[in-house]
Amino acid sequence: MTSDQIRQVILDILGRIAPDEDLTDLDDARPFREQMELDSMDFLDIVMELRKMYRIQIPEEDYPNLNTMGGTVEYLLPRLKDVPVGA
Amino acid sequence: MAVRYDTVIIGAGMSGLSAGVRLAYYEKNVCILERHTTIGGLNSFYRLRKRNYDVGLHAVTNYAEPGTKQGPLSKLLRQLRMKWEDFDLRPQLQSSIVFPGATLHFTNQFNYFVEQIASAFPQQIDGFRRLVTRIAEHDALDLERQSVSARQVVSEYIRDPLLVDMLFCPLMFYGSATPRDMDFSQFVIMFKSIFHEGFGRPFDGIRLILKRLVKHFKSLGGHLKLRAGVQEIRQSNGRATSVLLDDGTEIEADNILSSAGAAETMRMIDPNGPPVKAEPGDISFVESISVLDCEPAQLGHRDTIVFYSDSKDFHYERPDVPVDLRSGIICSPNNFDYSQPLEDGRIRITALADPHYWMNLPEDQYVAAKQHWNDEIIKCATQHIPDFRSHVIDTDVFTPRTIRRFTGHLNGCVYGAPEKFVNGQTPLDNLFLCGTDQGFLGIVGAMLSGITIANRYLLK
Repeated sequence: MTSDQIRQVILDILGRIAPDEDLTDLDDARPFREQMELDSMDFLDIVMELRKMYRIQIPEEDYPNLNTMGGTVEYLLPRLKDVPVGA
Repeated sequence: MAVRYDTVIIGAGMSGLSAGVRLAYYEKNVCILERHTTIGGLNSFYRLRKRNYDVGLHAVTNYAEPGTKQGPLSKLLRQLRMKWEDFDLRPQLQSSIVFPGATLHFTNQFNYFVEQIASAFPQQIDGFRRLVTRIAEHDALDLERQSVSARQVVSEYIRDPLLVDMLFCPLMFYGSATPRDMDFSQFVIMFKSIFHEGFGRPFDGIRLILKRLVKHFKSLGGHLKLRAGVQEIRQSNGRATSVLLDDGTEIEADNILSSAGAAETMRMIDPNGPPVKAEPGDISFVESISVLDCEPAQLGHRDTIVFYSDSKDFHYERPDVPVDLRSGIICSPNNFDYSQPLEDGRIRITALADPHYWMNLPEDQYVAAKQHWNDEIIKCATQHIPDFRSHVIDTDVFTPRTIRRFTGHLNGCVYGAPEKFVNGQTPLDNLFLCGTDQGFLGIVGAMLSGITIANRYLLK
């Protein structure tokens, strides 16, 4: 997957977790939590959805990398680069 | 060889079903076991003489408008991946707290309640506002919290004992497993869920929510077995290994999540052991259900729920008479903001009852006792609402005995054990509790209880 494809995967996940949020103007550099109503339960769901979709295990100490869209894409790119989009 | 699951859930009530949805969504192999012939547990439904009835639920608390992003209901829907429309909650019209010499009305708009208090208790309003701030700042969902007396905290802010009792009355009636006082965190949860957020109800009653939960659970691959009571939880080296059903079937599981109650679950671990630390509660109720030939509004009754006490001191405890007639809850499921009227008029009146009296009553006296106390309850309640007795076309009554029969709760206790197991842990490493004895209250609380414990221990 490319950076853009990973970004879209994350947007899809956020759309499922928080269907009432408008994500069109999401700023990739700012933390998700500043831009939408995400609590720790929702945050755990991002990790869980990635595991469900791509069998990727994200250890708890790496969670801070996932605070922003930019950070999440950067973190996932090397881990998902050989994985096809629809995996 | 025995069947094996990642997680076996005991009880197909709100909490067990919600936990099941979470686990199944994340591809866990999960099975919910329910002893009864239908789902629901403490909040269920039945059909009698061609009419539908709800058990438990008067109203769903924690009401939120569609599109709301904050609050327990939104959190719950997001976690379950369900839509607001799935619950179809219609807001209440107005409810009241009626004590000698004072009445407070409330709706789902909290400011209205504040105005009511300002007008009925002008001396107390500043203290009340400070209490509201304290409530807003309290993290009631902290699973490691210590218990603090809510009466003690509230009396630091409100000096008039009448107002204190009027605030406690609906909160205790709708969720307190402990007599007289509550843990402050429980008080906060109930205060927010009833006064801040308020009441709603699906047009079709509780069955709508339960059926949608089951459908969702099954669509995610979860298994549900009815008439599958767990007789024993088998263990080895401090870990649960399997459950033994009433019919002798054994089902193995890596984890077990029980919504059966703390004391009830401990008995499954060791059926013949001495009574363990977990004591079943003894707060229970009798409910009188009247079907009317007209809408209550046609008789002039428009309140959704009336909480009343005929005594200035509100007595929330196991009475030493069969039914405590001094106080009660009058609920009309008709009085929600529906787009069309319900099939028939309903008045449900609920009052505290002595479980021991009802459990020990000989069978041949039980029916007559139900009839007698039904009449007494209605007689008292009609001091607060129009006399509807000439419009009654059918009646049903439930007692602590009914509750025990259908939920397995030992004293027919509705809100579980006085002591909660907030972190959901038990003496066995892989056996967890959810539901009333874990301690999040109300319908939404029950569902969040299942979700929280599933997230914390069973998804890793």
